[in-house]
Amino acid sequence: MEIPYTVAERPDTGLNNVKLGIWLFLASEVMLFGGLFSTYILLRVGAVEWPLGAEFLNIPIGTVNTVILIASSVTMVMAYASLKLGDFAKYKTYMLATVLLPVLFLCIKGYEYYEKVSHDHLPSHSTFLAIYWTMTALHGLHIIGGIVVNGYFWGPGSKMWHTKPAMFENRVEAAGLYWHFVDLVWIFLFPVLYLL
Amino acid sequence: MSGSAEEVRKHIATYKKIAAALGVGTIVTVLASYLDVSVAIGITIALVIATTKASLVANYFMHLGEERSQWLMVSLGLTAVFWLVLMLVPLLTFSDHIGVAKTLPNANANAHEMAEGEEH
Repeated sequence: MEIPYTVAERPDTGLNNVKLGIWLFLASEVMLFGGLFSTYILLRVGAVEWPLGAEFLNIPIGTVNTVILIASSVTMVMAYASLKLGDFAKYKTYMLATVLLPVLFLCIKGYEYYEKVSHDHLPSHSTFLAIYWTMTALHGLHIIGGIVVNGYFWGPGSKMWHTKPAMFENRVEAAGLYWHFVDLVWIFLFPVLYLL
Repeated sequence: MSGSAEEVRKHIATYKKIAAALGVGTIVTVLASYLDVSVAIGITIALVIATTKASLVANYFMHLGEERSQWLMVSLGLTAVFWLVLMLVPLLTFSDHIGVAKTLPNANANAHEMAEGEEH
């Protein structure tokens, strides 16, 4: 038996199953990161002293990582648009870039973490560093999740394009929505942690 | 995103403009952090730029502007309301100070000195 509404819109919500599921998941993610941003505000307002991000963090490195993540969001939406145009070869190229760019992001983040550890700037050092490590590490886990999913749709999962193209388009759209959300979180994390 | 190949190509042209705007927004965010302004104004500037960038991503890359599902709009609206509540929770930390008279250390120092001066 075929599962209904994998491609067609549901009459009750006006969305297909994939979109319905991913948006509900993203709503829960908003609350997850919202809780941490709320914690940040609470800790910062209650602190006697709060360091400028630049005292501990490297702004040029953070800026480069921001540009990398935005670029990967652009390649993701271009990969989806390529599928809509029926250009599978272009899709593969853009999707590969979407997988490789966040790998570069993680390498740079890894270097940043290495510097922090070598200077003993661990979470136990200060409240600022505790919230920095928590928020960036959770975001990093989301990046790893995105790389795995996008990597699957670039590699073995892309075979579906030849048998069920509409279903494959939906899956890539859902992966894209998740990926743009991860980018969106970083758009707020960067100024909050590095610049303020 | 839906529609003909022509519409998709129009979308692609928009994506390129949005990509450029996001790049400029990032540079402006960094430059604004070097402005010699108070912390409150600095935070306001940074958050206004970040919110603008985020709304561009949500509207164009996530195609939220094209969604017509009322169900989705209500769900995301509720999420936004609860998110706002979450952001305001830290204000509760001040609730136990409401209505309590607050005296700063040495706030009456001048008054004491004047009173002592009059006695002598």
